Amino acid sequence: MNVTKLMKGNEALAEAAIRAGCDAYFGYPITPQSEVLEYLAREMPRHNRIVLQAESEVASINMVYGAAGAGFRAMTSSSSPGFSLMQEGISYLAGAELPCLLVNVNRAGPGLGTIQPGQGDYFQATKGGGHGDYRLIVLAPASVQEMADHVFLGFDLADQYRNPVVILSDGAIGQMMEKVTFKPYQKPTADKSWATTGKPASRKRNAISSLFIQPERMEQHNLKLTEKFNRIRESEIRFEEVNTNDADYLLVAYGLSARIAQKAMDLARAKGLRVGLLRPITLFPFPEKRLRELATQVQGMLTVELNSGQMVEDVRLAVEGRVPVAHYGRMGGMIFTPEEIERQLETFFEKAYAN
Amino acid sequence: MKQLEELVIAGFGGQGVLSLGMTLAYAGMIDGKEISWMPSYGPEMRGGTANCITILSDTRISSPIISTFDSAIILNQPSMDKFAERVKPGGLLLYESGNIFKPSTRTDIQLMGIPATTEAVRLKNNKTMNMIMLGAYLQLRPVVKIESVMQALAEVLPEKYHHLLDLNRQALELGAISVEFQRELIQT
Repeated sequence: MNVTKLMKGNEALAEAAIRAGCDAYFGYPITPQSEVLEYLAREMPRHNRIVLQAESEVASINMVYGAAGAGFRAMTSSSSPGFSLMQEGISYLAGAELPCLLVNVNRAGPGLGTIQPGQGDYFQATKGGGHGDYRLIVLAPASVQEMADHVFLGFDLADQYRNPVVILSDGAIGQMMEKVTFKPYQKPTADKSWATTGKPASRKRNAISSLFIQPERMEQHNLKLTEKFNRIRESEIRFEEVNTNDADYLLVAYGLSARIAQKAMDLARAKGLRVGLLRPITLFPFPEKRLRELATQVQGMLTVELNSGQMVEDVRLAVEGRVPVAHYGRMGGMIFTPEEIERQLETFFEKAYAN
Repeated sequence: MKQLEELVIAGFGGQGVLSLGMTLAYAGMIDGKEISWMPSYGPEMRGGTANCITILSDTRISSPIISTFDSAIILNQPSMDKFAERVKPGGLLLYESGNIFKPSTRTDIQLMGIPATTEAVRLKNNKTMNMIMLGAYLQLRPVVKIESVMQALAEVLPEKYHHLLDLNRQALELGAISVEFQRELIQT
């Protein structure tokens, strides 16, 4: 049965993990995502699942490697500095093709930074913060509801492609409360015959490794991964459009920024400016084709991000110079207001219609 | 009733700022509204200033973070200084008069001070101050039903605190009465 609750984003994500059949959670507390560990430490034992507070994020991610390799639904969560510590392990998980769910409740950085929200980890999540040639499927929730929904989606995509999935959230979405409706409890059904569960006489040995010492074999593995990433690009792009039908100008934003941008769009529309919004839900794969199409319709695009300009690079690559793409950002845990973004839009329209 | 109420609640940590907003949000959910509750978090919560933005709407809420408000419930002077100018013209600024020595002088908004701390003493429990303010607010802006607030409290409070439900109801009522008393004072 579906149930509706009022919850913080972090709590909704944790509850969804239980409902999505997460077998094991390994984590280390860090603001602003500690509610995930707190909630799961309280609730998981009742469902006979594993919760372990590791000695560090480095340990957590390698425990995820072990549990995922044994065929369990495994996850970890952290926030920016903690997520950086996990990058080596993430590269190994991607290399060994282990399905798992990794959550980064982004705070402002670099370094220890501050505990307020940020989106400075876009590059790290989408371009690979670890070494080697790999991609992560990256989901960007913009509401407490999506914090829950993306857990189900994330685990399923991870199993389907045997690839780590990242939920890239932020401190505000993690801390805010909204209504959330949960799907019923789910039993994962993915085939995990590859898992290392102890060798019976009936099958060959299963091995999980990211080590391919012969270049010929390594390249074959790279080609296989590349083919997989291309399949993900073909099939898994997700985004939301608001008011794009008649738009002269397009806002592009994800997560919390998209919510604020939508209000800015409403303010601009009230003044007669035809503004639309495209909100990528998957950051990898990125909605390149749709942006390229929209570039033939609108006169310009503005990305709105809580960083100094990261996703804007992907938007520019997507539109291939067809229209100007600008960026507006706040950093350091400071957050733009809808009015602030609306003023950016007005400036554009003034310039565009000056001549 | 109007479709959208964008409210900020601000004061010192420990005054019940966050729980006031949360109770209202929960009641909004019971009344079938879209809601969002965005707290300030971090070091502020440990004794400094705390605030939360609570939005109740009949339609999907876009931004949970806003810079101007339909209403403000202000519980200390620093918050008065910070938020008074950010109430929309025609909006409501409700403040706890015992904690605020210098209220806003704006004439384009409805300003009302409620001596909720003093009233809480009458209930022999100074922690009811926030519920008195909520009662006062709902008397002026009936965005949710009082019964929904009571239901919200019953669901949020653990069983062992359910003996306090009646005290909370009294606090809500006292808040509503305080508003009527203030109105009479203003008229005379």
